[in-house]
Amino acid sequence: MDFELNEDQIAFADMARAFAQNEFEPHAAEWDQEQTFPVDVLRAAGEMGFCGLYSPEDVGGLGLSRLDASIIFEQLAMGCTSTTAFITIHNMATWMIADFGNEDTRQQWCPELTAGQKLASYCLTEPNAGSDAASLKTTARREGDNYILNGSKIFISGAGSTDVLVVMARTGVDGPKGISAFAVDAKAEGIVYGRKEEKMGWNSQPTRMITFEDVVVPASALLGNEGDGFKIAMKGLDGGRINIATCSIGTAQAALNRAREYMHERKQFGKELANFQALQFKLADMVTELVAARQMVRLAASKLDAGHADKAAYCAMAKRFATDVGFNVADEALQIFGGNGYIKEYPMERYVRDNRVHRILEGTNEIMRVIVARRVLMEDAADLI
Amino acid sequence: MKVLVAIKRVVDANVKVRVKADNSAVELANIKMAINPFCEIAIEEAIRLKEKGHASEVLVVSIGPDTCQEQLRTALALGADRALQIKTDESPEPLAVAKLLKAVVDQEQPGMVILGKQSIDGDNNQTGQMLAALTGMPQGTFASEVAIEGDALQVTREIDGGLQKVSLKLPAVVTTDLRLNEPRYASLPNIMKAKRKPLETQTPEDLGIDISPRLTVLEVTNPPERAAGIKVGSVSELVEKLKNDAGVL
Repeated sequence: MDFELNEDQIAFADMARAFAQNEFEPHAAEWDQEQTFPVDVLRAAGEMGFCGLYSPEDVGGLGLSRLDASIIFEQLAMGCTSTTAFITIHNMATWMIADFGNEDTRQQWCPELTAGQKLASYCLTEPNAGSDAASLKTTARREGDNYILNGSKIFISGAGSTDVLVVMARTGVDGPKGISAFAVDAKAEGIVYGRKEEKMGWNSQPTRMITFEDVVVPASALLGNEGDGFKIAMKGLDGGRINIATCSIGTAQAALNRAREYMHERKQFGKELANFQALQFKLADMVTELVAARQMVRLAASKLDAGHADKAAYCAMAKRFATDVGFNVADEALQIFGGNGYIKEYPMERYVRDNRVHRILEGTNEIMRVIVARRVLMEDAADLI
Repeated sequence: MKVLVAIKRVVDANVKVRVKADNSAVELANIKMAINPFCEIAIEEAIRLKEKGHASEVLVVSIGPDTCQEQLRTALALGADRALQIKTDESPEPLAVAKLLKAVVDQEQPGMVILGKQSIDGDNNQTGQMLAALTGMPQGTFASEVAIEGDALQVTREIDGGLQKVSLKLPAVVTTDLRLNEPRYASLPNIMKAKRKPLETQTPEDLGIDISPRLTVLEVTNPPERAAGIKVGSVSELVEKLKNDAGVL
């Protein structure tokens, strides 16, 4: 067992860090304030390879492991949490089409998605189906060679500015087994985009409601088979949870780095903050917990890469732990900045606002506990180690 | 035309350097390293020459222990065609580096050698000039613009008080200044492809060069801390301070 990054991973991380430092970080505050979706920068990220990290190579992806992707996303998130989070969602949706789409669908979308020339959104949550995703009500009715989509999706990242939607809709019975997944042209007739939501954070990506009104989707756009949708959604979310946990860690690391610098700069009572043991201990706890969270995320990514039987439980544990730790570290880093942490001249409050939502989406941290508890309490099952 | 680019592994420009406790050198343990920024500009210029059709091959060379292969791989990922490591655990001085590079020039017969004007660690600003002298090639140092016109190389140099244009006959040595170009990023696919590009290793002994140091470093210390400023009450006091305390008038 080796806990060190390999030569490739070091090179990927270095490059991602440089890209994020130059292309994200100088603009992140402005994107947040102006609610700018930086499509040009996403294109540039695509040219660098960031838009198809774990999609297969035959459609322009890099075929990297989830662990590689996590190492890369962490560096990007240090520059802009919200933009990186969108890139991870795009990667997830692109991978779903590449992995479960038929050849026509893959070729129709994936080469441009992996290149970042087109963007993807993921549509699972509905007004009345959040944590209880399997109760979703959007329908896809088969009519000849088409499906007809009706229903609403909410909290859709990128909605209105993306090109393809991966949509979960009901084709059969109630519950998870009646759900199917589709790759839907975002500009198809009958798709109505709601107003842009005003959010606490994640402001560099638009979030909208989407309504489908008799949207005609060719049957070939079905991902996998009818009834596979929920399985596909959950499989995608295992990776999605690692991605979001990673965004928390990158953001927390950026916050921690700022706090460390500030402790050397700021003087009170005639000495640097770094000389106060209360703050030394705080910083020590922050970095300890952050390192633990990072290792847990990488462990989960490695389990996912290995196709481990308990990968879903590991991804859930990592997501719960890393997003909580990531939020707390960002919050404590803000605390070290005192009043300066609360004003927007410094990025500390943005780190907190952006990291907050990670405890809610891709399955709330409460749902993560449900997944973990269900697995631990399973009778006659092997121990989780 | 083959272009030879010499690069150096140095402490990353974003890292705040610290002096070792025993004042023998700068602390390098666990420090992030990178290609010297001026060398990165040299790589970029060579790749642009290749993209414009002026160069047929870009060979990148670095002198150092195996860790410098990391920087050579980055150069390959940026677009260099092949790499050469001259393996040594010593930290050779500019003259030794220039001699090693001359040996590489003799071996490879490049049409142009591009180097950074200086490395951000030693700040010697000597290697390019020494290499030009040793090889008898003309030199265009501190380049902010490079253009090939027939057999001649037009180099715009950044000098005190303005720009100077020189016309050199190829083969020639060019050293880069900050404004020559803005280096690209190595894309992830190119980082992966770089692994398959050739990286050869030679030693100073293979090249028959003695790199033993001629200089002894006595001590490395931090620059003196800047003292706090003062406020002056009047122009006459300011003039008085500038004359007597600062000694600049």
